[in-house]
Amino acid sequence: MALLEVKNLKTYFFTKEGIVKAVDGNSFSLEEGEILGIVGESGAGKSITGFSILNLIDEPGKIVDGEILFNGIDLTKLNAKEFEKIRGDEIAMVFQDPETSLNPVITIGTQLMETLLYHNTLLSNKEAYSKSVKMLKQVGLPSAEKRMQSYPHELSGGMKQRVVIAIALLNNPKLLIADEPTTALDVTIQAQILYLMKKLSSDFGSSLIFITHDIAVVSQLCDKIAVMYAGKIVEYGSRDEIIFDPKHPYTKGLIACLPKLEDSDQKRLYQIPGIMPSLLHLPTGCYFKDRCELADEECNVYPKKQLLGERILFCHKV
Amino acid sequence: MKIRNRFLTEFFEDKSATVGFILFILFLIIAIAPSLFAYQNPYDLTQIYLHDSFQPPNHSFILGTDEQGRDIYSAILYGLSTSLYVGIASTIFSVAIGFSAGLISGYYGGWIDTIIMRIADIQLSFPAILIALIIMALWGGGINKIIIAITIVSWVYYARTARGIMLLEKEKEYVQSAKALGMHNFNIIFTEIMPNATAAIIVIATVRIAYAIVLEATLSFLGVGVPITEPSLGTLISNGYQVLFSGYWWSSLFPGITLMVLIISINLIGDRMRDMMNPRLER
Repeated sequence: MALLEVKNLKTYFFTKEGIVKAVDGNSFSLEEGEILGIVGESGAGKSITGFSILNLIDEPGKIVDGEILFNGIDLTKLNAKEFEKIRGDEIAMVFQDPETSLNPVITIGTQLMETLLYHNTLLSNKEAYSKSVKMLKQVGLPSAEKRMQSYPHELSGGMKQRVVIAIALLNNPKLLIADEPTTALDVTIQAQILYLMKKLSSDFGSSLIFITHDIAVVSQLCDKIAVMYAGKIVEYGSRDEIIFDPKHPYTKGLIACLPKLEDSDQKRLYQIPGIMPSLLHLPTGCYFKDRCELADEECNVYPKKQLLGERILFCHKV
Repeated sequence: MKIRNRFLTEFFEDKSATVGFILFILFLIIAIAPSLFAYQNPYDLTQIYLHDSFQPPNHSFILGTDEQGRDIYSAILYGLSTSLYVGIASTIFSVAIGFSAGLISGYYGGWIDTIIMRIADIQLSFPAILIALIIMALWGGGINKIIIAITIVSWVYYARTARGIMLLEKEKEYVQSAKALGMHNFNIIFTEIMPNATAAIIVIATVRIAYAIVLEATLSFLGVGVPITEPSLGTLISNGYQVLFSGYWWSSLFPGITLMVLIISINLIGDRMRDMMNPRLER
């Protein structure tokens, strides 16, 4: 049985302007120890997918349909109390901006220890302290004991993100959701953090959902990739299939956008024409048709799910 | 510890704030143990002699006496004690109530927010002194009652500030991440967000202690405050005021000056803290 199985998840936002279908009928699954990458443009519903798993959707948003089976338990049916036990303990999350995801007026040590003590009431302060220091060392923070007394503003961005990852991994979660954890960092630090996350998830045996807009990042890190466009998954399969043999025109476009080292004649980077439609005014038919070179009459109907071996695809033109 | 030291060093860089601080500490010491500094206990009728009444300041009564022969200097020390007690106690209670009400109101929003904030709005639309007067007129005087009355009129200021800070803080990612770590709302409000709002509340509280003392003095002056048997500075001023135009200026003037210096010292501290907390002011 898969660790996480999301079936036909629909998260809608009921705004004054209309219903925003941020996540519209997506399904994916994750085995233990696997890394899934969710790629897409800003506003494609990647983060909302992550938040939906943890049920952190605020008003006016709501999960309207679908199942999220975690270890066989449907998370959408849990009440607030049961959910608090799962959050931070079995499922943890790393947020985009390390500058703001740590509480600015509480020391790093206290923030680590309170996460531990919150879920393990039997733990003594001393044990929590030594466990926290150990975890800080594991995420590669230099002089960990000294850092326990530091406030977040005394650390650099990369160090803060390491602390955030340490907090997330403290209770040895089975699933870690990382929402663009490297976007706010510069490129060299990005690579370190990526390597760290990959190493830690295999050390701890945690599964990882990695949300990003950067297909280059997922190609290095993930076992499976889901490409999202305007709230829907358009292509979903193993890393090798998606990166080396993309079928959906959008995935092809994303990969074509990457600069290529071997091709020195390339003057300009490829760009997918147009912008993603607003989720409030989605076109009828395939959402990608206005930007797609292959689009024709047929594309005025939203494509049905196709199975190509393990890969799932939504396109008429394949 | 490092941060606290830096805070103190910066605080004392300002001369007037330092003077205010020293004065306030002095007042505080006197208020805690007025009997150590006073010649007589002004409440003990056996120590007061009627034939000493209305003595102008002289070598045995340095600030003169009132119509009952009570030493004004001693009465001021005891009055200071009452005034500071009322001011600080009512501020502590109103911070406790206002701070939590504001945080809860801002965090949950919806009908909780509407109820708490509409009560606050209604209260703010009347002058504080009027509300306090009504409460005191209905209940009668007494130190505990005046503390409750001042608490009722001043929690609003903390509630509004706390709510404003909460609205700003609750959108920040550390709150989301606390939620993602499985904390429940109560803990998020009081262990995660509250420390972020404390600085602003401390500044307001310092300034509002002065307001609370003045409010108490005003109520006592108007005759609905503390009873004459436990005079505060306001009662003393009121007492002396009745005979002010008969030439007995000392029994009203000296309590008045004391109150003024007390309020100024608190305000100097409050102003300095406000300046230090305000990132927009160049220092």
